[in-house]
Amino acid sequence: MDLYFLELFFSGLTRGGIYTLIALGYTMVYGIIGLINFAHGEIYMIAAFIGLTFAGIFSILQFSLISILLIAVFFAMLFSAAYGYTIEKTAYKPLRQASRLAPLISAIGMSIFLREYVILAQTPDFLAFPMLFGDLELPEFMMDFIQPTETIIILVSFFLVGILLLFIKHTKTGKAMRAISQDREMAMLLGVNSDKIISFTFMVGSLLAAFGAILISAHIGQINYNIGFIIGIKAFTAAVLGGIGSIPGAALGGLTLGLIESFATGYISSDYEDVFAFGILVLILIFKPAGFLGKKEHKKV
Amino acid sequence: MTNHPVLSVHKISMRFGGLNALNKVSLQVFPREIAALIGPNGAGKTTFFNCVTGIYKPSGGYIELNGPDLRPKRINGLKPNLITRSGLARTFQNIRLFENMSVLENVMVGCHCRTTSNFLNAIIQTSSFKKEEQGVIEKSYELLKLVGLQGSANLSAKNLPYAEQRSLEIARALATEPRLLLLDEPAAGMNPQETTKLDQLIMKIRERFNLAVLLIEHDMKLVMRISDKVFVMAQGEKIAEGTPGEIQNNPRVIKAYLGEEVDVVS
Amino acid sequence: MKLRIIHSLIITFWFMLLCFPLVVLKIDYLEKSIRFRWINLFLTGLCVFFISLLWRYFLSRRRKYFLRLPEHFFDLHQSRLIRSKPFLFIFSLVFLSLPLILPNYHTSILITAMIYVVLGLGLNIVVGLAGLLDLGYAAFFAIGGYSFALLNHYFGFGFWASLPIAASLACLGGVLLGIPVLRLRGDYLAIVTLGFGEIIRLILENWEAFTKGPSGIPDLPKPGLFGIQLDFYSSTIYLYYLLILCMLAAILVTKRLSYSKTGRAWVALREDEIAAQSMGIDTTKTKLTAFGIGAFWAGIVGAFFASKNSFVDPSSFTFHESAIILSIVVLGGMGSILGVILATMILVLLPEYLRFLESYRMLIFGAIMVIMMVFRPEGLVKSVRQQYDFKNLK
Repeated sequence: MDLYFLELFFSGLTRGGIYTLIALGYTMVYGIIGLINFAHGEIYMIAAFIGLTFAGIFSILQFSLISILLIAVFFAMLFSAAYGYTIEKTAYKPLRQASRLAPLISAIGMSIFLREYVILAQTPDFLAFPMLFGDLELPEFMMDFIQPTETIIILVSFFLVGILLLFIKHTKTGKAMRAISQDREMAMLLGVNSDKIISFTFMVGSLLAAFGAILISAHIGQINYNIGFIIGIKAFTAAVLGGIGSIPGAALGGLTLGLIESFATGYISSDYEDVFAFGILVLILIFKPAGFLGKKEHKKV
Repeated sequence: MTNHPVLSVHKISMRFGGLNALNKVSLQVFPREIAALIGPNGAGKTTFFNCVTGIYKPSGGYIELNGPDLRPKRINGLKPNLITRSGLARTFQNIRLFENMSVLENVMVGCHCRTTSNFLNAIIQTSSFKKEEQGVIEKSYELLKLVGLQGSANLSAKNLPYAEQRSLEIARALATEPRLLLLDEPAAGMNPQETTKLDQLIMKIRERFNLAVLLIEHDMKLVMRISDKVFVMAQGEKIAEGTPGEIQNNPRVIKAYLGEEVDVVS
Repeated sequence: MKLRIIHSLIITFWFMLLCFPLVVLKIDYLEKSIRFRWINLFLTGLCVFFISLLWRYFLSRRRKYFLRLPEHFFDLHQSRLIRSKPFLFIFSLVFLSLPLILPNYHTSILITAMIYVVLGLGLNIVVGLAGLLDLGYAAFFAIGGYSFALLNHYFGFGFWASLPIAASLACLGGVLLGIPVLRLRGDYLAIVTLGFGEIIRLILENWEAFTKGPSGIPDLPKPGLFGIQLDFYSSTIYLYYLLILCMLAAILVTKRLSYSKTGRAWVALREDEIAAQSMGIDTTKTKLTAFGIGAFWAGIVGAFFASKNSFVDPSSFTFHESAIILSIVVLGGMGSILGVILATMILVLLPEYLRFLESYRMLIFGAIMVIMMVFRPEGLVKSVRQQYDFKNLK
């Protein structure tokens, strides 16, 4: 097979893996409280900055690359979960009873706030992110079309989606999450603590985004305050494409979007990279808002 | 009564996934008739209303509305607003007022489909626009008087007490100048005095506007008191039709209601 | 009270912990330097402490009915002062004479503010009245600005010849965007409009052959005045008066529409789409009118904006811009004209004069959107529906 095709294919899978990790956060939150969590992309961005900070400290302290990677991932996950929790408590929880537009506007406000916060606290410029994967080696024939870091990203994201699916399916918390997404009031009557589950969902979504953030930042090698906005919308596109609210759908949508983008930029033009994603988003919402695996909604009268 | 029904529904069906919410339901409502649609919960009454008013598209059958020229007009598949324009208006089971608009404005919205001015007229404030606007205010105020809400005209609709919200829904529906008025459980949540007032109101409306009424109701006393004809539905099908007296003695109806607490008046 | 303070201290501690890696540490791993900025932590902690005290206090007030703000606390519509003739007279006199007294710099700031008022009014129709959350409103602003710029650049059109075209194209853009999104629910609509706004901006940025790309289009003329040559100073003043006219027109039109059949249909749609449709309102037409008229105003001031700066480039029309306009509508009060004016003063004029706040401007915008939604979702000025008089009807 054509090597260029394979190269694009694997870079598409890589993108798709990252989109999936972020899309999961959107889809879980939407599934549970029906809110598009606009600030999710910013959590991803903040996780990258936190990862960079800790990676920086420990690389100055001369730790080995692999331990730096693990430490960066650990702290990024820890902090982003805390951020996710705090954001939910501050900006969304007081609005549970409000009209549909209110939490959405609040989410947009939160997203703007977080971007500016990072600009003020850190920098508006690009920062270099250490190449934490070091010099990985792959068999000679593979190096022609796939980078070592790409394999890691693809494998890790598949692994995480698998874990999440198992978690949702088999644990008590996972069942409670599904119950709340079906009918929150009923679930509460049956003794599910919905506030706890909602917080938990935000935290899990943030964890996954943090994972994605470190992986991709270490792959690309630079970050700035703006990385969350575009990738957030793309991940949201992926979630919608797969059917928002559905976890396998997020993975399917993420991979599809990643591949489409990769081939479109590879074979057509890279100038309009973002236009492809937005175009898909607009088209899918207009023509098949339920996505691949989503449920069709009935008007309730 | 003439031979021409205002509304005739021919074998409409509605499926939700695997569920047959309506199965070949046919019925006819004649001018100046007060007809009631009754049946146990989940019989498909509200679904029937939603099909007739265009909110759902029935999966089979057709619906005809007879115009003033006595020419039947097919209305299934039309958008709800066009159906309303053809002379069919409704109220909702779970009150759906425009809460943050004033009581009067709620009724004025109902006049929408009977006026002709557009936004350009409004910007230039043409004299025809002003005249029409004044007409709308007067007509809406008249309707509020009819249902006894003239004193609350400038209040926000959400600040009305429950029973008055129901009356406002009726006034709003009347503003569309219907020939057939569909009322979805108009007496739900009302106390006996309020219910008595309601049936006087329904009678008054028929006299005044010469229209037919089709209502869904669980309050059997009300149904038996005011309706000329009763349709009974159960599990998505029409199981009986007749005068209130006939319905009360129909064994199929009694069977359909068994196990449910409904006070059928003897 | 003591409990409250303890609670706020805990929250402060939590936030300081959250902020620590970003606010205190500044790492440069290439230079191998770590800077500790402890003072930032202290300031953040202080802010968080007071904000959390206030936050919790107001939240508890929000819950308990008897401690609520009086219903008409901010209802400036009712204010006698604002409605009284002498006040209006003096106010307009001052407003009209400002550019003659103030240096050009301030006039220019006021022009910007008025551009935002008109933008706010336009978006207010879409979001505030019709309840359609549009996150790509800056796209229509861009269409207006670029229509003028391109017409001028390629065909030598002047400002007045371009203005109607710019407005019509923006209006058309609004309707064209409206058609495919008619069936979408509120939150999906928000995302699609956001996507649409970004697509327009990306096209402007990447289609270099036509739009000159990120470098923009320079040397745009100012509006002409019957062929009289104006110097920079007087042309700014001229623009100021033109924008007053434009703003008054926008206010008048919005007001008339909002209390007409069209406006009632918009609000009905916002309140309950199914009920509106069942009452005979053509939702398609109503939504498209809202999108079209909203975009129309953006197109008009887009041309003004381009002319004022003598320059356009894509960076003026980012999501940021849409967010600013949206926060004007949200802060002012959905559906309220006076609210838009007030909010523009707070959000656009105030930061211009409080320069030390400049870098915190967007941070505060974001915070305002959250705070308004939590504590006063109806905005500073609650929009009131028209009251009718029936004395002569009885």
